[in-house]
Amino acid sequence: MNAIKCIMLLSLLQASACSIKPWVKPYHRAKLAEEIMLYDRDPVSDGYVHHVRQAREGARGAEGAGGGGCGCN
Amino acid sequence: MPKALAAVAVDATKMNCFISIKTLNPFFAATVYRAKNLLLPILLLIFISSSSLAVILPAERADVMYHRYDGGGMVIDGPSVLIRKNFAEKYSFSANYYVDSVSSASIDVLTLGASAYSEERIETSGDFTLLHEKSLINIGYTKSDENDYRASSFRIDLSQDFFGDMSTLSIGYSQGDDDISKTGDALFADTLTTKQYRAGFSQILTRHLIANINYESIISQGYLQNPYRFILIDDPGTPGVYQIDEEVYPNTRNSDALSFKLSYHLPWSAAIKSRLGYYSDSWGIDALSLALDYSQKLRSKWIVDFRVRQYEQSAADFYSNTFSPESAKQNFVGRDKELSEFTSLSAGVGASYEWNFRRGIDKARVNIQYDYLFFDYDNFREVTTETTAAFGKGQEPLYDFDAYTLRVFFSVWY
Repeated sequence: MNAIKCIMLLSLLQASACSIKPWVKPYHRAKLAEEIMLYDRDPVSDGYVHHVRQAREGARGAEGAGGGGCGCN
Repeated sequence: MPKALAAVAVDATKMNCFISIKTLNPFFAATVYRAKNLLLPILLLIFISSSSLAVILPAERADVMYHRYDGGGMVIDGPSVLIRKNFAEKYSFSANYYVDSVSSASIDVLTLGASAYSEERIETSGDFTLLHEKSLINIGYTKSDENDYRASSFRIDLSQDFFGDMSTLSIGYSQGDDDISKTGDALFADTLTTKQYRAGFSQILTRHLIANINYESIISQGYLQNPYRFILIDDPGTPGVYQIDEEVYPNTRNSDALSFKLSYHLPWSAAIKSRLGYYSDSWGIDALSLALDYSQKLRSKWIVDFRVRQYEQSAADFYSNTFSPESAKQNFVGRDKELSEFTSLSAGVGASYEWNFRRGIDKARVNIQYDYLFFDYDNFREVTTETTAAFGKGQEPLYDFDAYTLRVFFSVWY
């Protein structure tokens, strides 16, 4: 009996998990797709900002790819 | 038919099944008929909006930028050119040429009583991106040359969309190999290897809100100090002047960085973005940063930007403004102000204007961005011959300086 209850419970959990579906439909994403929402709107400019920070701050990483030396002393 | 459009068409078929015309009365049937006439424009709108968020190739564009940094006795400026071209809707190539022309009389130079110097750094990079269904694979190579520092690095990044394109998972790896030399010392040569491991997750939360979390672990091994920088030794036996000695840093530096970003579209044509960053490394530096950006579209041609950012960090374990003759003999010693305890504040403003074209190129844009930066050091002092004479050893004023960055660039989409 307990086994049946377990199976029923697992089935219920599985059904509820499957019921979580994408809640923002593609046709509701127009505003999200606007370029003003982007952090890296202009790669040539954003790469420069990361480089300036990397050269003058101790912290590094989790901000985008950087390269090379620093020209910072 | 592109796959994304085909997917939307399938969705539309399902929608037609769901709204069966046979079950509707004539009024609603006419309404549905009119709606079906609008189906193509709606599908195009959906395609444009969804594809802009899903994993897609970067836009084909060319940028030419002039950049300038001026502050703290340094002027660094130069050009940057970035060109990207896509092929067969699957492949994308880009190339970047970047120059830093440095003219420096920074506080480090003044402390040592050295002369101002000039140098140039040239960075070139190439990038290849492959789009495969909902996956994006990006590999890149960067090379940087200075007269006394050569660096090269490669990277690979993968990203994958899932959960109805509401979620994006990305992972990446980079490795850099640097060769370091010293002007005036032909015998000096050393190397540095840096490995970077990163992962990111982006999630659409609502119709107006996207969240993004990024983690990066960086492991550096090799020569990490600056061969031109020295520590100051406060020897009571030499009143009024400091002794100097070379910095000694650990040969490894392991760091962890975590950032959390939110982008929210306001009810009008504007967006507000925030970024919270946390950093910690094996040298004892902990850092926290908070940035807020506001972007506003005006009359569909203009975009204006406003931003503020605060950054603060603690000092490295082996950092000190001055060392006693005894403490100067410890394993590691450093006097780099980037390793000291400090706070920086920045505020920026920018504007861009766009032109649209019907033939040839798609659009062009001119962009200007200006940022003011202020650095305030808590345990790094403005040591010069004059300040030491005026205030005494170890009593010089704490250092601070302000600077600005300017970016002016012209972009073309084609």
